[in-house]
Amino acid sequence: MDGLDDIVEEFLVESHENLDQLDTDLVALEQEPDSRERLSSIFRTIHTIKGTSGFLAFNRLEEVTHVGENMLSRLRDGELALTPARTSVLLLMVDTVRSLLTSIEATGGEASVDVSAVVAAISAAMEDGPAAPAPAPAPAPAPAPVAEAPAEAAAKPAARKAPAEAAAKPAARKAPAKAPAAAKAPAKRAPRAKPAPAPVEELHDVPQDDLLDDLSDEPLTAAPAVEEHPVPEPAAADHHPEGEAVPADAAGGQVRRAVADSTIRVDVDLLDELMLLVGELVLTRNQIVQYVGRSTDTDLVRASQRLNLIASELQEGVMKTRMQPIDHIWSKLPRVVRDLGIQCGKNVRLEMEGKDTELDKTLLEAVKDPLTHLVRNSVDHGIEAPDARKKAGKAAEGVLTLRARHESGQVVVEVADDGAGIDPVKLGARAVQRGLLTQDALARMSPADILQLIFLPGFSTAAAVTNVSGRGVGMDVVKTNIESIGGTIEVESEPGVGTVCRLRIPLTLAIVPALTVECAADRYAIPQISLQELVSLDAEKAVNAVEEVGGAQVYRLRGELLPLVRLTDVLGLTSERHDGHVVIAVLRSEGRRFGLVVDRVINTEEIVVKAVGGQLKSIGLYSGATVLGDGTVALILDVQALARRALRTETAERQESRTTSLQTAAAETERQRMLLAAIGGGRRVAIPLDTVTRLEQVRTEAVEKVGNREVVQYRGAILPIVRLDRHLGAYGESDREVLEVIVYADHGRSVAIVVEEILDIVDGEAAVRSDIDDMGLLGSAVLGDKVTELLDVRAAILAADPAFYSHSSAPTGVSDSLLEV
Amino acid sequence: MTAPTRPLAPATSGQLATFRLDGDLYGIEVEHVQEVLRSQQLTRVPLAPTAVAGLINLRGQVVTAIELRERLGRPPRPEGTDPVVIVVRLHGEAVSMLVDSIADVVDVDAGDFEAPPDTLEGQSRDLIRGAYKLDGKLLLALDVQKAVSA
Repeated sequence: MDGLDDIVEEFLVESHENLDQLDTDLVALEQEPDSRERLSSIFRTIHTIKGTSGFLAFNRLEEVTHVGENMLSRLRDGELALTPARTSVLLLMVDTVRSLLTSIEATGGEASVDVSAVVAAISAAMEDGPAAPAPAPAPAPAPAPVAEAPAEAAAKPAARKAPAEAAAKPAARKAPAKAPAAAKAPAKRAPRAKPAPAPVEELHDVPQDDLLDDLSDEPLTAAPAVEEHPVPEPAAADHHPEGEAVPADAAGGQVRRAVADSTIRVDVDLLDELMLLVGELVLTRNQIVQYVGRSTDTDLVRASQRLNLIASELQEGVMKTRMQPIDHIWSKLPRVVRDLGIQCGKNVRLEMEGKDTELDKTLLEAVKDPLTHLVRNSVDHGIEAPDARKKAGKAAEGVLTLRARHESGQVVVEVADDGAGIDPVKLGARAVQRGLLTQDALARMSPADILQLIFLPGFSTAAAVTNVSGRGVGMDVVKTNIESIGGTIEVESEPGVGTVCRLRIPLTLAIVPALTVECAADRYAIPQISLQELVSLDAEKAVNAVEEVGGAQVYRLRGELLPLVRLTDVLGLTSERHDGHVVIAVLRSEGRRFGLVVDRVINTEEIVVKAVGGQLKSIGLYSGATVLGDGTVALILDVQALARRALRTETAERQESRTTSLQTAAAETERQRMLLAAIGGGRRVAIPLDTVTRLEQVRTEAVEKVGNREVVQYRGAILPIVRLDRHLGAYGESDREVLEVIVYADHGRSVAIVVEEILDIVDGEAAVRSDIDDMGLLGSAVLGDKVTELLDVRAAILAADPAFYSHSSAPTGVSDSLLEV
Repeated sequence: MTAPTRPLAPATSGQLATFRLDGDLYGIEVEHVQEVLRSQQLTRVPLAPTAVAGLINLRGQVVTAIELRERLGRPPRPEGTDPVVIVVRLHGEAVSMLVDSIADVVDVDAGDFEAPPDTLEGQSRDLIRGAYKLDGKLLLALDVQKAVSA
């Protein structure tokens, strides 16, 4: 049984279906013998089976179908007329084919079925020219038994054909002639009568039948009913016992259902329809559960709970019908990898983990191309040529690994290679060169962020990453495709070690878990795939925790600055929440995190995604709509679009400020947003915000001494500390337990700037500047009605870490060679 | 739309489903009309074109509602009066229009048809194909396709 590989199994399933069709076609053909269409259909079916059986070396099957096909082709070409007899042999052939298939399925071979009789019958039916089909050989010996039959059967209905005795021979001979000629008259009689003649072994039945045929209808109903059976039986009798016996020994009983019986093919449209209905059911379920939630009727509550359960299971079940293992699309990749490897002169081994991981068929289609693209990229640009690999101390053969797994309601697919990896330094330099990014902006990006640049549209040009060509070729398209099905993509890479592209794909499209939120009295749904966490701040907390960055609000989420986007602002509405309470949904999109401020979080529920009309598509902020439990419609927010729209302005502004900042230092200071911090003694300093990567709080006891410098361990690195108060000669409180720290990073190095208190973030543009040149200061300005000193960050940092800039003498015009830290 | 397109306005005979809007009588081909509903709960769509009144839950299906008054450049419906929703089906997609009230289905004759007067201005000009001269009143034939493509 284990020899039953996929091809054979598929062949069996397909052939069984074909046979059923054949039965239908043959029977229909009897009703309309002239139907070209039917004949062609039958011919095609047999031809298909024959072709495959030849290919799979099922010789007997081939033999049977071959003669069958011959006959059919002659029928089709009009060389033969279809007589009931011929129909019978064809049906017999179908039965034989079926038993052959059963045998193949059970034993893996066809040895137990004898086909010679059928082949002979078919050949015979063909040989005798148009006028004498199968019955011809039969009637010849027939008369003998016939003669007996009438003799004894005077009383029986059959006996009424006694007069036919004399006509026995003519009748037999006449039959075939009559069939085509007088088809209309005994139309229903003929087919019944004919099945008998076919089996050569059953000769004695035949003539009787033929004779009956000529006489009256009465015996027909009785006699043929009995007689007809032998037709399929001789074939079946031979193998049926074996057919059943074999699986019994081989598989220990009928545990294993026949392949053809255990699967059915279903129209995808039908499944879609079912999915839609289940979606409706889920909605109604939500509605009822919500309604019953307010009820005290225990019976009703119990019933609704059951409904809830059943609906969930049904949904899961229907969803599963559309699930296919990812291997469906993976199976083509070994070839791709092999061909491409040869083409690029690389040695690549493809490994796959989690082939069985299933996902929705439509999604499978959607990820096919992106996945192929990623694999091609890995072979083309990721994995090095054998020489280079050896030089790098790796095996000459590169390994490309595909991994798929289910993870918290998503499918995670990874394309990992052990190639050269992407060098963020080169990548960044390239981005700057292409004008996609300013040097300043690049300097503040973490290596991980820089990697995401490969998804920038317009970054897809050769030589972007490696010397060969770009890692980024079409990556923006890949990203767009993945995001269009609600998935995400991220890339991780370590130079010299390899690259991992990770896709996160929802299990299905139609029904998604979502967070419903309220904003300006309306409800909106946010797909949970984008949701990272929820932050709720009461009024008191919100005042301190939500800070302003030149009009844009940020929240310090565990030390990281999270830009806040108010949904009301994006939608042009007015919030109905006035108590100062702030609810933040932390969302992630395209590798960026932001906080969406909403009025209220309502619920998490499964929603059924409905398309919105063309009138709304152009808005771009909604990925669809859904009907909530209470029957109201809620819009589904398109988080990607939201992020693009809300964060774009900000980025553009920053971009702009940076461009100008490159031109004159003075203008730079004026236009920058400044972080205001108190350093003690009532003094305030302003630090350009774009040099700040993080705001942190560090416990004083965590500060350690290295020589005469203070350092602090921070995220696995040692950060030198500069205490601004001391640096600038102010006198702050020195006995604080917690230090307010501004982390400044440049080119992978960071320092921690300690201030007394972080006050505010202001827009430096409005500042009135004066040139009070003091050590460590650039000047001063009036910010927020108070004179504020502008910190010379460079000097401050050098004070903490004299080596900080030693790698780059000119921080604004870093050349590629200098970037290679 | 200018002169060249005007003669193309089809003068069809047949049945029009009629409705009232700001005192005028309008009609659309009866075969487009799927159903007529009383006022429905609308979910507004921020940032949508002004003619989009919102979304309606039509037995689980989400249907966009177009405020026809807005579309035709008429003043907003007076406070306290509920619109009637006409659901039309175009190219297999359901869209709905908000009108003041629904009226009869009228048999019209192509012979009574006349292109809109040149004095007709504004948005209506694109949407009104012409008028059927009925006894004592005019029935404005609305281009439903254009009317709902806000």
